[in-house]
Order: sequence, then C-alpha cells, then structure tokens
Amino acid sequence: MTVTATRPERLLAGPSFDAGLEPYGSHVARLGEPPYGFAGPPLIESLERSGLLGRGGAGFPVGRKWRVVAERARRGAVVIANGAEGEPRSAKDRALLGLRPHLVIDGAILAALSFGANLVQVYVGGEHRSAVAAMRRALAERPRVRGMTLELVEAPTGYVSGESSAVVRYLNEYDARPMATPPRPHERGVAGRPTLIQNVESLAYAALIARYGAEWYREAGRDATAGTALVTVTGPVAEPGVREIEYGTTLRELVALAGGVPEDAGAVLLGGYFGGWGALPELLDVPLDPEALAAHGLGFGCGLVSLLPAGACGVWATEQIVAYMAGESARQCGPCIFGLGAVAESLRRLAAGTPLHDDLANLDRWSAELVGRGACHHPDGTAALLRSGLEVFADEFALHAHGHCSHDARRARELG
Amino acid sequence: MTESVLWYVTRGAGIASLIMLTGVVVLGIVTAVRWQRPGWPRFLNAELHRSVSLLTLVFLAIHILIAVLDPYTALGWAAALVPFSSPYRQVWLGLGGVATYLIVAIVVTSLLRPLFGRTAWRLVHWLTYAAWPVALIHGIGTGSDTGALWMWVLDAACILAVVAAISWRANAADQALVTRESALPSRGQRVPR
Amino acid sequence: MKKLSVDRIRCDGYGMCAEILPEMIALDDWGYPILREAPVPAHLMELAERAVDVCPVLALRLDPVLRDAVRERRAQRVHVGGR
Repeated sequence: MTVTATRPERLLAGPSFDAGLEPYGSHVARLGEPPYGFAGPPLIESLERSGLLGRGGAGFPVGRKWRVVAERARRGAVVIANGAEGEPRSAKDRALLGLRPHLVIDGAILAALSFGANLVQVYVGGEHRSAVAAMRRALAERPRVRGMTLELVEAPTGYVSGESSAVVRYLNEYDARPMATPPRPHERGVAGRPTLIQNVESLAYAALIARYGAEWYREAGRDATAGTALVTVTGPVAEPGVREIEYGTTLRELVALAGGVPEDAGAVLLGGYFGGWGALPELLDVPLDPEALAAHGLGFGCGLVSLLPAGACGVWATEQIVAYMAGESARQCGPCIFGLGAVAESLRRLAAGTPLHDDLANLDRWSAELVGRGACHHPDGTAALLRSGLEVFADEFALHAHGHCSHDARRARELG
Repeated sequence: MTESVLWYVTRGAGIASLIMLTGVVVLGIVTAVRWQRPGWPRFLNAELHRSVSLLTLVFLAIHILIAVLDPYTALGWAAALVPFSSPYRQVWLGLGGVATYLIVAIVVTSLLRPLFGRTAWRLVHWLTYAAWPVALIHGIGTGSDTGALWMWVLDAACILAVVAAISWRANAADQALVTRESALPSRGQRVPR
Repeated sequence: MKKLSVDRIRCDGYGMCAEILPEMIALDDWGYPILREAPVPAHLMELAERAVDVCPVLALRLDPVLRDAVRERRAQRVHVGGR
C-alpha cells in the first residue's frame, strides 16, 4: 500500500513514511505542544467555523457534533477515536494511525478536554496489525494528561464493527453489533455516559485546526467544500493507495496523480461499499467534493475511489460487493437477514447468467424497500450500492437478464 | 346440602381452571408458531391467549376462595397461601399452591412487561411448562373425581393437547431456524478487492 | 400526535400489527413491517394502540411527534389539499 503526501500536505506532512510512525518528540518539534489550553468552547466554535466534516462516511459537521456532546456532558463524557476501518478497500485510517498517531491522540485529548471527559478510547480494527502496533507505541510514549485515561481497544473484524452504536455496544458488552436507537451514543453511550465517536481522520484535522485556526483550514478546497481529505485509490493505476487531496480535485486529476489513465477504468465506486457506482468517463471532471458529488447522487463517504478495470463486468463487481455486504449483516433484523439474503441470491443468479424471471424486477423493488428498515444503516448502504449498480450498469444487467454478458466471462470474473 | 354445593363448586372451578390453563398453553404455542387461516388472523391467537389466561385466574380464584371458605373442608387461609402447610393431602394440595404462585407470577410479569424487561419476562413465562403439569398433578392427587372415567378422559385430552402443541412448536422452531440461518451468505467470504 | 415506530431488532415478523392496522402498516415479502411515515390520524389511534398492545415482543411503539414536524405536515396538507 502506497501512501503519498501530495500538496497541500497537512495530515501527511512530516518525516518520511519509510520511518513509520512519527514519534512524540518529532511531532512536538514540528508542530509545537498540543494546544490543550484552547480546548472547550473556543475550539468548538473554531471547528464550526472551519466547516470540518466528519470523515467516517456520514460527513456530519464535526463542530456541531462536539457541541451536541458538550451540551450533554454534565455527567462526564467519553471520547472514542474510531479507527475501526471496516471498509475493506479503504486504507486511509490505518495509514494515518500508522504514520501520524500523535495527531489523532492530540485531537482525541482536545475533544476530551472540551467536554470534561476523562476517558479516551482509541478503537482500532484488530486486523490492522501495524496500525494497532503504532498506536500502542504512541500511547506508551505519550506524556500523561492529569486525570485522563487513554486506552487502546482492538475492534473485532467486520464491516459493521465501526458503526457508532456497535462501537458503544462492544465497549460496554463485548458485542460489536449495532443497537436500535434511541438512545443515541451522544445521549447515553459507553458506561451510560454521553459519548463522542469520531473518526480518527476527523480528530487529526481537529488537532491541526486547534493549532492553526479555522481560516487556515479553509485556505484549501477549490469548490463548495473547504479543506483537504484523505482518499484511498484502488484499481488499475500504477500507484494505488492513500493520498491527501484538496476537496474539489477532479477524478481525472486524481487518476493521473495515482499514475493511471482514465481509459483503463470502466466505472468508479465512490465513498465505499456504502457509497455508489459512478459512470466513466462522465464523472471524470466532477470535483471530488461532497456537494458536487451529491448533485450526481453520489457521496464522498470514507474517501474511497475504487476504479473498476475496463474489462470487468459491472454486474459481477456489484454482485461481489453485495454478497460480501450480505455476509456482513449482524443478523439482528428481519429485513436485513431476508432482504439482503434475497438480493444476494438474485444477484448471484443474474451475475452467473441464470436468472429467474422476476430477479431483475425484484432487485429494483427490494432496493427501495430495504431502506430505513434495519436497526442500523447497513441495509441502506447495500441498497444504495445496488441501486447505483442497476443504474450505471443498466445495459449490462439487461444482458445478464437474458443470460448474456458483453465481457469475456472468465476475464470478467478475474478482474471483478 | 350447602356443604355439598360449595364442594362441587370448588371441584368444578378447579377442573374448569385446568381446562382453561390447557387452553392458555395451547393458545400461547399457537401464537408462537404464527398459525393462521383465511378469516382467522394471527392477532386473534394473541388476544385470545390473553383473555383466556385472565379467565383462568377468575376460575382459579373461585376454586381457591371456595375451598378455603367452605366450612366442610376447613382448610383455612394458611393452606392456600403456604404450600405444603396443610396436613390434608399435604403434597398434592401443596402442589396446587405452587402452581397458583407460578401462574400469578407469569400473569403479573406479562401485564407489567415494560417494567420487567424482555429477559425477565421470558424466563418467568417459560415457567408455564412447570405450572401446567404441576396443576395437572395437583388435580389428580387431590381431586375427588380422580377415579371417574370422565375425569381420566378429560385429563388425557388435556395432556394430548399440550404434548401435541409442544411438538408442533419444536418442529416449527427448527424450521424457522433453518430458514433464518440459510438466508445469508456466510461471514468471512472472500473480501472483494 | 403520535407516530408509529418499530424496534427492528426486537421485531420478529409476527405481523399482527399489520393485521390490525393495515392502513398504516404493510408487510414485506418476509412478513416484516413497512410503516407509513405519517403520524397516526385520530380515528385510527384506537387501532394503533391495540396493535402496540398485541405485539408479542413489544417491538411496536407510539412515539410523540415533535411539534415542528407536525406544523410542517399541516402546512404541507394545506398546500396540497388547497383547503
């Protein structure tokens, strides 16, 4: 996995990545002591003015989230740095944890100080061994903050283990399955206390905003959304991996930066398995910016930009992802168990070219019916991915409905 | 003569309670297996189950009250409230008290379920499978009609109904589990790259 | 005003709610409820309460609707209905 610091370097600025994690001494020498004195209402205001958006996938404004927790934190709050990164193709959180863990810890402590929280838990996907090791080292060498407990928790592997209520449930009961809300984590979370669950990248940016201010953050960004973000590029490019880009960078530019050519890709998956397919070459000049993407019915999500190779079959690719997502269901809610199960089955038959008469029509219907009927958004995300596949690969699906495929089947399977 | 009337009432109410209780158990199972027919929607099973259980309490109350108050039996309140305290057919009568307490617990936790929470409610509700046989045995042990053919037939019918319902439920639960488990692809599938 | 909502984890697809209140609750292909978003109209409240009561797993709930949402809905109705 390549990590590239491209201008403007913000999170990824600093010593060479070959050296691994940046130790505390270097971190402080480069950026100064963490500005703990700025924590509290001034920082929350600053975050609101900066327009910093959450990086876990939902894109919720960070300042507003902190304000909501602060309002309820009379009983003492808990801060969770969410580095579960259950999204299989995304690598940005573990890259950040592995290279700049102290930025993440800065942000988490600043949040804790802003709410009077005395417990910070860094929740890292257990399968990301080097990220876990780096965070463990970073926490060990970190000077103590009086009255504050910092813990590393290894999250169980699984797509839904990073979902907010699943995080809370795991920390309370060692069960990483989502819960029905209400109450929401910011109302009653870990140990019944108001809990902030914030993605590690968001916390890292918060730590920089605390040092340099909201205006500094807004200096970057070319389109409607200000700032920079980490993205993960996968697919037929020479240098796949994690990059830091300005919001508003176009897909075309990003592909070039990653050493690829647009012609090698047939479609792009944006935002994660929770996101959606976009058609190429139509999307090449769309800015990678939450608002611009929303106008095309797509989202920035967790910053995943996954290119589908030109020879690959979109129906196969969609089927692979949906089968994975169905398998990752927490199996708590009927619509998810049976709905995703049926969707996966129909897709499997369509992809194999042996569909039943109603399969395509059912997929269309189920993709609408599944939305909002689980305890968490897992079925919603899968349904959204399915819908985008049905749209972007409409011609291909029509072929498959008659048992054909426009791609060489074997090659399509290898690539998809 | 009055003594005989009260004695008949208490026996009759006791037998009626057993029949009602059998009905409650069967209806509870019919609800759980989601049985329905055109013109017989599922919610009727749930509502009937509830109504019949309250009716059971009524007959049970009559059975106990008359038995205690009847001067002919001279059982006294202690016999009813403290199981196994009465020397009269000590064990068999005591079992009746046990069954009653179980039934009361089940009904109370059901009426106040939001208060008790699902787990507590479920645990207590499963005690039905203890309450029913205990009530049956109490009836056979203390019942003055035990020798009669019609009583045996009645008892056999109740047993048959409950046994049939339980095996129906076990079968349905098995099937439901299989359907549920096979609905989704297994976890840890090859993660698509 | 009250709105129907269901605890999706507790719900086990008994489907009794849809039998009692088909005006507001439909069932999907596997017997799980699809709720109408709108608040429960006054004339259906009794049936709604009965549906909540009958659910064997207490999954169905009636939640109060926030005042702003109600005002918004009334405004929409006037606009569409023209009354």
